[in-house]
Amino acid sequence: MQPFTAVTGPAAPLLRPNIDTDVIIRVERLVGTTRASMGAHAFEVWRFRADGSEDPAFVLNRPEFRAAPILLAGPNFGCGSSREGAVWALQGMGVRAVIAPSYSDIFRNNALQNGLLPVVLDEAVVREIAAQVEAAPDRARVTVDLEREVVIAPDGTRHRFAIDPARREALLAGLDDVGLTLRQADAIAAWQQADRAARPWAWQVAAPERR
Amino acid sequence: MPTLLDKLWQAHRVASAGGGQDLIHIDRILLHDLSGARALAELAEKGHAIAHPALAFATPDHAVATGPGRTAETFPAGARGVALLREGAARHGIRLFDLGQDGQGIVHVMGPELGIVLPGLTVICGDSHTCTNGGLGALAFGVGSSELAHALATQTLRLAKPKAMRVRFEGAFPLGTTAKDAVLAAIGRLGTGAGAGFAIEWAGSAVRALEVEQRLTLCNLSIEMGARMGFIAPDERVFAWIAGRDYAPRGAAWEAAVAAWRGLASDEDAAFDADHVIDAGAIAPQVTWGTSPEHVIAVDAPIPAPEAAPDPARRKAWADALAYQGLEPGRPLAGTRVDWVFIGSCTNARLSDLREAARMVRGRRVAPGVTAWVVPGSVRVKRAAEEEGLDRVFRDAGFDWREPGCSLCVAANGEAVPPGARCVSTSNRNFVGRQGKGARTHLASPAMAAAAAVTGRITDIRRPF
Ligand code: SF4
Repeated sequence: MQPFTAVTGPAAPLLRPNIDTDVIIRVERLVGTTRASMGAHAFEVWRFRADGSEDPAFVLNRPEFRAAPILLAGPNFGCGSSREGAVWALQGMGVRAVIAPSYSDIFRNNALQNGLLPVVLDEAVVREIAAQVEAAPDRARVTVDLEREVVIAPDGTRHRFAIDPARREALLAGLDDVGLTLRQADAIAAWQQADRAARPWAWQVAAPERR
Repeated sequence: MPTLLDKLWQAHRVASAGGGQDLIHIDRILLHDLSGARALAELAEKGHAIAHPALAFATPDHAVATGPGRTAETFPAGARGVALLREGAARHGIRLFDLGQDGQGIVHVMGPELGIVLPGLTVICGDSHTCTNGGLGALAFGVGSSELAHALATQTLRLAKPKAMRVRFEGAFPLGTTAKDAVLAAIGRLGTGAGAGFAIEWAGSAVRALEVEQRLTLCNLSIEMGARMGFIAPDERVFAWIAGRDYAPRGAAWEAAVAAWRGLASDEDAAFDADHVIDAGAIAPQVTWGTSPEHVIAVDAPIPAPEAAPDPARRKAWADALAYQGLEPGRPLAGTRVDWVFIGSCTNARLSDLREAARMVRGRRVAPGVTAWVVPGSVRVKRAAEEEGLDRVFRDAGFDWREPGCSLCVAANGEAVPPGARCVSTSNRNFVGRQGKGARTHLASPAMAAAAAVTGRITDIRRPF
C-alpha cells in the first residue's frame, strides 16, 4: 500500500449526497478487470454520454479537474454495496483523498485498507472549500495533510480533521490490515511453532498420494 | 465453565489485535471460483505472498454449468473466475479440485467429505454458508474478500469474539422431520436476525441423535438465523465418519486428534448469552411460504395473513411476499401446484439426502408439467449415488441427473427457474429472485421436494400420496 503523508492539488467538487458504489463502478466492471484498469470506468454513468463520448459538463471531464487527486463530495459517500472496486476505481483515476461530511462504513473501511484517505469535515466547510475552488478552478489548490491532520483550503484557511491514531499511523507507514498484522509476525510464528507440536493433525495435510 | 465457543476461540487466539479484536489463527482456507479467485487476484495486486498454501484448498462450484459434459466455458461469464482460480492455485501451489476431477464439488460438501475440515479447526471461505462445517465441530464462517486475502497472507484474522447462543432441540424428531425442518422451524420461531452477533451452538438430545450429514444441514442454515458461525459439539459418530478420509490424520496423529476432540464440548455449567429450547417432538415437515427463511410454516398449517404479523414492518413484508409468491393466506401450502423441483445445494445434496429423496421417487414418475433436477453436491456424492443405482431411480422417474455445482441454488451459472415458476427447493435461500428473476421458491427437505416432484403439488409426506 502506498503511504499517505500529504497531497496538494486540484480538488474536484462533486457535492451530491449519497453517491453510491454503483455510480462509482458498475458491477460488471469488477469481473476480470485489474485494480489499475478500473479507473477508466469510474463514474462512467456520468462521465460518458449514451453514444460513448465524454460529457464535457461533468466535473471530472473538465480540464482543471481531470487529474485531481482530491474529491470534494456530499454526505454518505460510497453507500450501497461492499465492493472494494469502488475504491480501486477512484484510485485508478488518480484520487488520493476524498473530503466529505460522511461515508458508508464499508466504503470507509475499504478506503483505509487501500490507502485512500476519507477525510470527514462539516458539510458547511466542504461547501466553502468547493465555492473557493469554483471561484478559481484553474488556480485553486487544496492540501490534505495527514501528518498534521489538517486540510488547507485555497484561501489558506486550515481545517482540522480527526482520525483514529492507529489508522493514521498505518496510513503514514503504508500499512493495510495485512501490514498491521504482519507487524505481529514474530508472535504469529512463535504461536504456530507451539501449535504444530500441540496439534500436529491441524498441520499435516499432505495429499494422500504423497503420504 | 467455558462454552464450546470459548474453547475453540482460546485454542486459536494468537494475541490481542487491539480495538477489542483478537488475532485468530486460521487452520483451513477454502476458495471457490467467485470470491476465491478474487482474493487470489487481490493478493497478487497487493504483492503479498501466501503464508501456508498447504492449508488452502480450491474448487469451482458457483458460476459453472451442471449439464452433462459441462466445462468451465459452458457458462461463458463464469469461465474467467474458473481461469483465475486455476492460475492462482497453480502459481501458489494450492490444491485445486477442478471440474471433472475426483473431489470437485460444492465447497461446503467437498471440504468435510475429503477430511479437509476436522473438528476443532478454524475454517474460512469467502462464502456465508461456510458455517455448514460446524456440523463436524469446526469453528467455520464466511469472510469478505479483504479478510480472505488477509488470511491467505497471514494465516490469521483480526476478529471480535461473538456472543454465545445455545439452541437446544429436546426430545425426538417425529418420523418425516429432518434437520432441515428443525432448523427452518427454529428460524421461523426466533427470526432471521436472532443470531446476529452470536455464534450458535446447536444442542439437545434430538441433535445428538442426528447423523453427521444431517448435522451439516442443520449448521448450514445458521447464517439464515443471522449467525456467522454455528456448530455442534463433535462426538464418536463424527470421529467415525471422518476416520480414513483423504486428508484426515492417520496413526498416532489420529489418536492424538481424537483425544483432543473429546474435550470439545461446553462445560455442564457453561453460561450462554442466550439460550433457547425447542420441543423436537412438535416439529412437523416445514415449507417456506414467503421470501425470507423465517416465512416458514408446517406443511399442513394455514398460510398466515399479513394482519397477523407482529409489527407494521413485517405486515408489509408479509404482504409483499405473498404477492410475489402468488399465494393467499388462510389455506395450507399442501396442495399448491409446483412447476420445478430442485434437489441440490450445500444444504441438502449429500448421499443421505439423495437416498431420502429417492425413497419418495422409487416406482413413480415426475408429474406432468414439472421440471425436476437432482444436482449432487460433489463428484464423490454423484459416484456413490450411481453405485447404489440412485441415478437410475431419478432418471427413470424423469428427473435430470446433473454434474456437481451450486446450480439453481444461486442461479449465477446460466441455470435458473423461469419467471413466475414455482419451485420446491432443498437449498437455503428463498429471497426474491434468488433462483432466477421472478422465480418463486419454497424451501423444504429432500423428501418433501421429491414428493412434490412426483405429485406436482406441495405434499405432506406423512400421509399416503
Ligand atoms: S449451494 Fe448455494 S448456498 Fe451453497 S455455496 Fe453454493 S450458492 Fe452458496
